[in-house]
Amino acid sequence: MVDKIIAKDLNCWFGKACSVKGLNLSVHSNEILGIIGPSNSGKTTFLRMINRLNELSNNFKYDGSLMLDGVDLKQIDTETLRKRCGMVFALPLPLPMSIYENVGYGPLRHGIKSKKYIDEIVEKSLKAASLWDEVKDRLDSSAMKLSGGQQQRLCIARTLAVEPEVILYDEPCSGLDPISTAKVEEAMVELKKKYTIILVTNNVKQASRVSDRTAFFLMGEMVEIGKTADIFLSPKDKRTEGYIMGRYG
Amino acid sequence: MFSRKVTDSIIEKLIFASGIAAILLVSLIFFFLLREGLGFFSEYSIKDFITGHFWYPTSKPAAFGILSLIMGSLFVTLGAAVIAVPVGVMAAFYISEVAPVSVRDVLKSGIELLAAIPSVVIGFIGMVTLVPLVRVMFDIPTGLSAFSGSLMLAFMAMPTIVSISEDAIRSVPWTYKEAALSLGATKWQTMYRIVLPAAAPGILAAVMLGIGRVIGETMAVMMITGNAAAIPESIFDPVRTMTATIAAEMGETVKGSMHYKGLFAIGLVLFVITFIINFIADTFLNRVKK
Repeated sequence: MVDKIIAKDLNCWFGKACSVKGLNLSVHSNEILGIIGPSNSGKTTFLRMINRLNELSNNFKYDGSLMLDGVDLKQIDTETLRKRCGMVFALPLPLPMSIYENVGYGPLRHGIKSKKYIDEIVEKSLKAASLWDEVKDRLDSSAMKLSGGQQQRLCIARTLAVEPEVILYDEPCSGLDPISTAKVEEAMVELKKKYTIILVTNNVKQASRVSDRTAFFLMGEMVEIGKTADIFLSPKDKRTEGYIMGRYG
Repeated sequence: MFSRKVTDSIIEKLIFASGIAAILLVSLIFFFLLREGLGFFSEYSIKDFITGHFWYPTSKPAAFGILSLIMGSLFVTLGAAVIAVPVGVMAAFYISEVAPVSVRDVLKSGIELLAAIPSVVIGFIGMVTLVPLVRVMFDIPTGLSAFSGSLMLAFMAMPTIVSISEDAIRSVPWTYKEAALSLGATKWQTMYRIVLPAAAPGILAAVMLGIGRVIGETMAVMMITGNAAAIPESIFDPVRTMTATIAAEMGETVKGSMHYKGLFAIGLVLFVITFIINFIADTFLNRVKK
């Protein structure tokens, strides 16, 4: 089992508010790591530390270390890092352009010029996100006209198009209906073969359905991590048990 | 005591009245412009008016050709737009996307303050500082030229362009930027490919308002451009704009005379030009929205 991402003694703050405290965590290659926990528990903050999006806010700071393939993130240039760690956001965020342009946006920015090659990438990515059949006849129409579930799968396709190594899902199904959710989850399990996936979710059942291991975050600290079956059947910590049983959160 | 219904209906009528007043005023202005201006064309052919090279309103026989004035306005406006639009839009990008917060606040309020300077003051400053500088720098007989006017007008259009573009850029959803950045796009790629197109309608509106200010500007151009009613051959020739002509001559005309009506006719031409610009901007905006 190879560790793709390793966090060591990670602390971070927005201004004076501490949002992640003393986090030690490793993510294995080709696994889906589910992160569950109530809101304000630091799970999204952790996710956004991996692709350094937090650093866009100027009052953010952190200490400890975060490594990708054994290299400290600070030593990887930001654009390369974000290409290697793609992200799918909580709300579907299509860019205001056509479906084709949305998916082709990443590869184009990374300097791929050949139209034919981009065509291939677009088709492959849309297929991997199981959206191809629904949109193949209207690639030039605006992405804003797709339904919410389609938009979210478009965002997944867009992330795949830059050929990342890690995919960070930030509550990807929070705005979706059960059928779209099932499609996104299906795609996720399929993608695990090639990618390492971190899934932050408010939906405890979703974590139990798709993730290999699950971590439980509370108030910026990681309470427990383990095989999903263990966490859900015999949690070691009372707080984990309470959250999973739906006593709070 | 008034019942709530009565208060409601009074306020409703007040709001209605102020709305109607605005429309009424605009139509009255248009009506008088038309009445005075159109009277001119019954005595002077519209073709000679637009294409005539000579503006000799007080000679006998008088000539009312405004081609040189149109060219003057065109030179000054185009010159100002070429300078103000790129600089203004880039400044707006700098303020909203690049500058640190402390710099941003100072710059934004500073630029808005610039808009509050009366045009006669800007004209005066231009006359004593810019005009001699232009004369020496380009080695031309007089610094009172279309070029000086363009520079000064660009300076005046800038606050409008910067301030409104900046609002448009800032109102681009933060999530667009995050989405683009998370795909590994650089800051510049995100600005150019995502933020600029998304803010384009607002930026265009800003540019149009800025150009509107330049076309309508009178005092500063009158002081700086040299006021020579001749067709300019280069940007360094003195010119006279349509607005400056109206402002300079309106006080000396006899009410109801041909000269008087001719100035109104110039006003009508200005009105038509502004109308066309607004119309083009509107159609363009609608197309962008789709």
